[in-house]
Amino acid sequence: MASIAVRNLLHDKVRLTVTLTGIIFAVVLVAVQTGLFLGFTTTTTNVIDNSRADFWVTSRNVDYIEAGVPFPEKQMYHALAVPGVAEAQKYIVRFGILKKPDGANANCEIVGFDPERPFGGPWNVVEGDVRSLTLPDTVMLDRFYMKKLGVTHLGQTVEIRNIRARVVGFTKGIRTFTTSPLIFTSYKNAQKYSALDSDQTMYLLVKAAPGADLVRLRAGLQAAMDNVDVLPTREFSRRTNFYWMFGTGAGLTVIIAAVLGLIVGIVVVAQTIYAATVDHIREFGTLKAMGATNGYIYRIILNQAIVSAIAGYAVAIVIASAVEYSSRGGGANIVLPASVRVGLFGLTLFMCVSAALVSINKVTKIDPALVFKG
Amino acid sequence: MDSAIEVRELTKVYAEGATAARALDNVDLDVNRGEVLLLMGPSGSGKTTLVSIMGCILRATAGSVKIGGREVAHLPERALPVVRLNNIGFVFQGFNLFPALTAAENVEVALDLKGIRGSAAHKRSRALLEEVGLADKVNSFPGDLSGGQKQRVAIARALAGDPEIILADEPTAALDKTSGRVVMEMLRSLASRRGRAVAIVTHDNRVMEYADRIVHIEDGKVGAVLTRNEAMQFSGAEA
Repeated sequence: MASIAVRNLLHDKVRLTVTLTGIIFAVVLVAVQTGLFLGFTTTTTNVIDNSRADFWVTSRNVDYIEAGVPFPEKQMYHALAVPGVAEAQKYIVRFGILKKPDGANANCEIVGFDPERPFGGPWNVVEGDVRSLTLPDTVMLDRFYMKKLGVTHLGQTVEIRNIRARVVGFTKGIRTFTTSPLIFTSYKNAQKYSALDSDQTMYLLVKAAPGADLVRLRAGLQAAMDNVDVLPTREFSRRTNFYWMFGTGAGLTVIIAAVLGLIVGIVVVAQTIYAATVDHIREFGTLKAMGATNGYIYRIILNQAIVSAIAGYAVAIVIASAVEYSSRGGGANIVLPASVRVGLFGLTLFMCVSAALVSINKVTKIDPALVFKG
Repeated sequence: MDSAIEVRELTKVYAEGATAARALDNVDLDVNRGEVLLLMGPSGSGKTTLVSIMGCILRATAGSVKIGGREVAHLPERALPVVRLNNIGFVFQGFNLFPALTAAENVEVALDLKGIRGSAAHKRSRALLEEVGLADKVNSFPGDLSGGQKQRVAIARALAGDPEIILADEPTAALDKTSGRVVMEMLRSLASRRGRAVAIVTHDNRVMEYADRIVHIEDGKVGAVLTRNEAMQFSGAEA
């Protein structure tokens, strides 16, 4: 029976090509749109998600990471006094202006942290050492933005707010939603680059002691500090993501595109699988005449759909991966983690099997006289 | 006579109300074991409807159909595939072979439905193809076979379930004279030598010589029922 399904598929190469093309088109479309959406969501929150902090202390009602408002840095000492706090550090995320070697200006996001501490710093460092940032006027940036910032090599000097900034390291794959490159530097440098008063900070990052009750710790931190919000890292990430995705039109556009991609994909797959089944309707009618139960025929149709789904997905995921890979050097950031790939496989199966179920409905209503027509 | 199929007061009406069309009207007919019965008549006379109901593919509006003495006209839909599988083999005008499968695999599909698989199915399919003179075509695809050969594969497939009834719809219509003769001889032999009940829908007067009885259907009603000799005389006189 499985053999009939596979042989039916392989017999008509043109039909098979059309069916697989439909599935591949649909899966690539959904994959790319989903990847774009994930890419956007990832880039809006990557600084938060990679901070390795347990809590972010922010000024009141900060909607997203770029909207932080300075508050007194002495709050850090109140935080450190709360039982269950292992470490705390002052943290800056603020827009700045970088002067390129050719004299032109470029927007950037200054990220100031303590290079001596194992959290809050850059990730995916491919050249240089984070500890080099303890030196005055040193910065790290992502290779992707080198051209945009006019940086050509390690050790090159640029200016931020008319203060020199020597490039001592590069990261790879750290993109931003705002398109302003992240400039990692020490907290002290960041204060200068972003013109922040010396007794102010934008955020505090807090790490809990091992085994600490995070709910109680959050309450303790909140009680110990005035006029700030204490947000678990995940919550601040969600809040930032929500702002960019839904507070602005940008995210919604991507979501609509992803949903449209999904709908178009389902329609394309449904149409191709349905057409493939209808092409064999006479054979199914013959099987019925021979005494096959509806269940027997359903299994053939479902087998065809499953084999088509597997073959289509296999090709589509290779294409989608190629698109994802090529996006690393381009403007759009497409992210396809393993969970999405697995989900896409499930979706492909779902689309193909659903389409097959629609065509099964057609098979149950086969005109018996069909088999007697010459 | 020993009836494999007994049809009594069979009526089939398509659609309802003003658009209702009476395809069969109070038909009584027996198809006996060991007999070749031809169903003849003009297009639209109800022949295919009758053979579809006898084959448990189509439901009757009223009346009785007995297969091997068992009433099947009022069986629920889900019970009919088993009746077809165990009692009836079909031979179609268009052969209705699966183009993606070889001759042997086409026969094995019918065996698969009966639960016969693997080496037993291979052996049986080859034996059946040998029986219809296609031992050297077991691995050929339908597209590589002549019309006559395709119809012989279809006959082998119809015999796979060892049915007592063979229902054939215009089995020679798509064949040349020689191939048609071979196919009819095979169907004749199934009735004479193996005691099958063979009912054939046909427009082809040439096949009358293979029949025991010829039943004329017109406007959904059984008309003349003639023996082979009577029919051939009548046909000759008409000519």
